[in-house]
Amino acid sequence: MSNKEELVVLIAEMEEEKALALARSMIEAGESPQDVLDASSKAMAIVGQRFEDKEYFLPELIIAGDMMKEISALVKPLLKTQATQVAPQGVVVIGTVAGDIHDIGKDIVTFMLDVNNFEVHDLGVDVPPAQFIAAIREHNPDIVGLSGFLTMAFEQMKRTVDAIAEAGLRDDVKIMIGGAIMDPEAAAYIGADSYGKDAASAVRLAKSWTGAA
Amino acid sequence: MAEKSPQELLAERQQRVLDAAALKTPDRVPVFGPYQKYPYNFAGVSFKDALNDYALAREACHKFVDYFQPDVDFGPIFAYPAKAMEILGWDAFKWPGRGLDDNVMYQYVEGEYMTAEEYDEFIFDPSDFMLRKWAPRQFSSMKGFASTVPWRRFMWSGWMNLPFFWSTPEFQESLQRVTEGAAETNLWWASQFQYWGEVNAKGFPIAYAGWDWPPFDIIGDTLRGTHQVLADMRRRPDKLHAALEVATQIFIEYGSGAAGAPLPLVWVWVHKSTRDFMSDAQFKEFYWPYLRKGILALVDKGIIPVIYWEADFESRLEHIADVPPGKVIYHLSNTDYEKAYSALKGITTLMGNVPNIMLHSGTPDDVRAYCKKMIDTFKDGGLIMDAAVMLDEAKPENLKAMMDFTKEYGMY
Repeated sequence: MSNKEELVVLIAEMEEEKALALARSMIEAGESPQDVLDASSKAMAIVGQRFEDKEYFLPELIIAGDMMKEISALVKPLLKTQATQVAPQGVVVIGTVAGDIHDIGKDIVTFMLDVNNFEVHDLGVDVPPAQFIAAIREHNPDIVGLSGFLTMAFEQMKRTVDAIAEAGLRDDVKIMIGGAIMDPEAAAYIGADSYGKDAASAVRLAKSWTGAA
Repeated sequence: MAEKSPQELLAERQQRVLDAAALKTPDRVPVFGPYQKYPYNFAGVSFKDALNDYALAREACHKFVDYFQPDVDFGPIFAYPAKAMEILGWDAFKWPGRGLDDNVMYQYVEGEYMTAEEYDEFIFDPSDFMLRKWAPRQFSSMKGFASTVPWRRFMWSGWMNLPFFWSTPEFQESLQRVTEGAAETNLWWASQFQYWGEVNAKGFPIAYAGWDWPPFDIIGDTLRGTHQVLADMRRRPDKLHAALEVATQIFIEYGSGAAGAPLPLVWVWVHKSTRDFMSDAQFKEFYWPYLRKGILALVDKGIIPVIYWEADFESRLEHIADVPPGKVIYHLSNTDYEKAYSALKGITTLMGNVPNIMLHSGTPDDVRAYCKKMIDTFKDGGLIMDAAVMLDEAKPENLKAMMDFTKEYGMY
């Protein structure tokens, strides 16, 4: 097995220390930083697939995310030009709605969309409608994802969707909502196109909306 | 028939809940409403005002209980004392007036309040860790505690050494602020006690005799943070297990205060138990054994733990059935209640599960139809009617429909 192949396996198997040590030794030995990055991305896709298959759960996504962060920090300064990337499946703007600072659900969906080759712009938590609108204008997304954990998120999401409509942008985007207490009834009330019960269904929705299913 | 006296109503409502919890057949299905912000919405009081004006919070809760007549009442306990939090400088919390708008529910700011290297300190002496490390990170008023030495060194002639560290200006300032914060907190507690007396005198029992948090969430919510505690299951499982043993003792100690109460319900707020957070194998290794041990210890003291499974726990149903029958209440939210019923029938009473979105934007007919289906499913008992999760927003007519329909249709 080449170092590159071994790195994919170590990351995918959650061998955090060994994976990071191998990535460092590959760089020190003068191997291509692009190879290290590619191996990590390949491993992330495996992790994402295992998450979808309910083999991996949030702890594994967190550790995978941490490994990716460390490896990126290691190799990115060495990459002279930005790596040529495959065209993304679609563009997503995502955030937790105003008044709500819960980020876990949003972060899982972001991770899963990312490993499924979506370009994701994460606006963070407590995002007011105006910020969503500005981000839609800036990034021209196919999809807007609204996350919310609190029951008041029903109203905030509705306000956000209404504001997007008032800004004349509603027809340009599909809107999905997610959060522990959300359901299709909530999506209808809020005026979203659909709701995702979990990150895997968010990915399925996003793929179906961008013709990538 | 003569009208029942408030004392009779109080006893009747308590008995109804005790019977339901014990899986005996009560006279009818009890109906709860864990409402945190709702009474203030209902009474037209901003949440910010409710957090600041204790009399106003009491008044709003009285309006709520008079109109809805639930079987048990929470009262103003969820209107935390904003002034005390301000004086104590609770930096790990946001509330209306401090970082949030007037009518937004307060929220906890997660963080790594205990580092991975500090597990051993917590395991060795949790009180010392909480006092000198954790509290100064959470409360700006307690920063001075960080410059003191462990109280365990007080023994024998050690007392001569400790005051040296108490004389620092930063500790003196902390003492001053903590004293002020304590006085304000006591005013808030006095308001709670007053409310309990008033509402008991109207015939309504208080819904809680204590609160508690599962051992895993004690570590996860307050100490390590979600991100870190979940990763710790893989990165340092041995340390986590040792800390969970300590947290289990804290859980038992915390909940035991409810022993001997007339309605000894201890609400256990479950946060990171669902499949969104961990696999079944991780749940069985890190979550359930410690929570179960804590539950059994409380049950031994005659306490009724109300496990507030705050999300879909369908995949856990088979793992959580090993508790003594008729001693524990499980609260459902967003779980298929028919599946829960068939898995837990004869083991625990189930509480829930009226969807919050239905209470918020549905109609009274929707609510009645939902409650009817639930009551029909649980025709042999084992049900307490309640909203799916803590209620902040709802149409009054919908919540009223839940209360009234359950009282009419839920007769056994």
